Amino acid sequence: MASSIDISIEKGKLVIVLGKNGIGKSTLLRTIAKVQEPLNGTIFIKNKSLETYKHQELATCLSMVLTERLPESQLTVFELVAFGRQPYTNWIDKLSAVDLEKITWAIDETEINHLKNKRFYELSDGQLQRVLIARALAQDTEIIILDEPTAHLDLHHTIKIFSLLKNLVAKTSKTIIMSSHEVNLSIKFADEIILFTDLKICNGSPLELIKKNAFDNLFPKEIVNFNRNLQQFIINKK
Amino acid sequence: MKQTNYTKHFIILSVFTVILFFVNVSLGSVSIPFKDIFTSLTGGIPAKESWETIIINFRLPKAITAVLVGSGLSICGLLMQTLFRNPLAGPFVLGISSGASLGVALLILGSSIFGGFLLSASAASLSLPIAASLGAFLVLSAVIIAANKVRNTMSILIIGLMFGSLTSAIISVLAYFSEAAQIQQYLFWSFGSLGNLSWNEISIFAIIYFIGITGTIVVIKPLNSFLLGENYAKSLGINIKKSRNIILLITSLLTGVITAFSGPIAFVGLAVPHIARMLFTTSNHKILLPATAIIGAIVLLICDSIAQLPTSEFTLPINAITSLFGAPVVIWLLIRKKKIFI
Repeated sequence: MASSIDISIEKGKLVIVLGKNGIGKSTLLRTIAKVQEPLNGTIFIKNKSLETYKHQELATCLSMVLTERLPESQLTVFELVAFGRQPYTNWIDKLSAVDLEKITWAIDETEINHLKNKRFYELSDGQLQRVLIARALAQDTEIIILDEPTAHLDLHHTIKIFSLLKNLVAKTSKTIIMSSHEVNLSIKFADEIILFTDLKICNGSPLELIKKNAFDNLFPKEIVNFNRNLQQFIINKK
Repeated sequence: MKQTNYTKHFIILSVFTVILFFVNVSLGSVSIPFKDIFTSLTGGIPAKESWETIIINFRLPKAITAVLVGSGLSICGLLMQTLFRNPLAGPFVLGISSGASLGVALLILGSSIFGGFLLSASAASLSLPIAASLGAFLVLSAVIIAANKVRNTMSILIIGLMFGSLTSAIISVLAYFSEAAQIQQYLFWSFGSLGNLSWNEISIFAIIYFIGITGTIVVIKPLNSFLLGENYAKSLGINIKKSRNIILLITSLLTGVITAFSGPIAFVGLAVPHIARMLFTTSNHKILLPATAIIGAIVLLICDSIAQLPTSEFTLPINAITSLFGAPVVIWLLIRKKKIFI
């Protein structure tokens, strides 16, 4: 597990957390989202300590897309996206005109309009991931946290998700923090990378990190190595 | 939430409930013409005076009890299934009914061991539901504490089953040291019965029932968010602990009072929410809660009508009928649908 982290993240960036399995990426994201208590230290969101946020209050400035499977239910895609409005709705969860507008916007942005009335268990992994992103968008928060949103997706759908997120950051100036194993794609898409290696944690724009040779220690060198000219990892030739 | 219109479903089911209610009232060991039943129910005087007594003081309370018990237990089942996100959860499976039985057993059987002061005749109508609710709450809290330690829902169900057998064991020990009369009293209670409730008892029952139902309406929003799992619910600003405690409190209160007045009734709590989900094809609790309540009432009215063995003077234990009726229904559902939801 990675030990000490002292990082501040600017508004309106696509931040990607990279690192090998089990090094603590999900722990970091879950801690920021207050799903899990901090092991140590303090997190500040908008200069306010996370501890002092009530869940209700946090729900209006931070939304999540998690890796865990949804329990099997008969929810439709529309209902699922509409859940994003729960922090704003009244006690009986009535959707106002504003709520409907935000839901429609989220559905349009993620291009899932044709799936609106389907049940979520009928969707492919790629479609479901877009629906979950729409749900987070409908929550209308400045920060969106995604834990490995492209796990289980093929290359085509992975790139689709990456460019969707990149566009959203550009369009809405939301801050998106996600973890990923797609190192090569992350270097292309990220505004900022938080890199977990065995030795230390470093952060910065992809180019800064490449200059600092930070990627060299990401994986053991026997199988893959970072190629600075191509700006990506290349499998070693025998 | 915007969705398909279910008004038609609800109207049909409501009409069906009313019809079944009248059928239930008109069936019994004494056959009474339908016309006279109608006049008694609307406040008139039927051809024979004894008929009025039978209808107003026996059959009507019983039919009302059937509605309260059926809808109440079904709602408890729905709450448990959503809370544990497990389609097999229900008041029975999680040992909550056994907890209520333990409370009642301590009251009835314990009175011969610890002295009879517990069950004085005047306090009996209130002490029985209180004891049952406390027993239900005890087991449910134990299940919850265990549930917080183990995340795996399968383990939670097994823990619930274990608590169930634990309480039955305690009841056996109590029974071993009790007198025959008390054991008989307890045994008859455990067969389950919708009858024998006075109007007084029914009003206590109804008050607690409506408190429970009101509480349920308050937790519709958290219940819906639980459909996404606990972490998503938390990220939507739901106070998990508070909602969970309210749900548990409602369930133990309803299961407790129902079990106290009508005995441990099996299967309704588990099966009815699935029937409701199948008919309404939704998981939204705004629709599912009333649907489950109505179908629960219908199922128990049917079961009770069968239990009366029309035109005979025997009445079968209602508990046996709900199992005879419920088990095949659940098996059929599983085979036909293949996929079960929460």
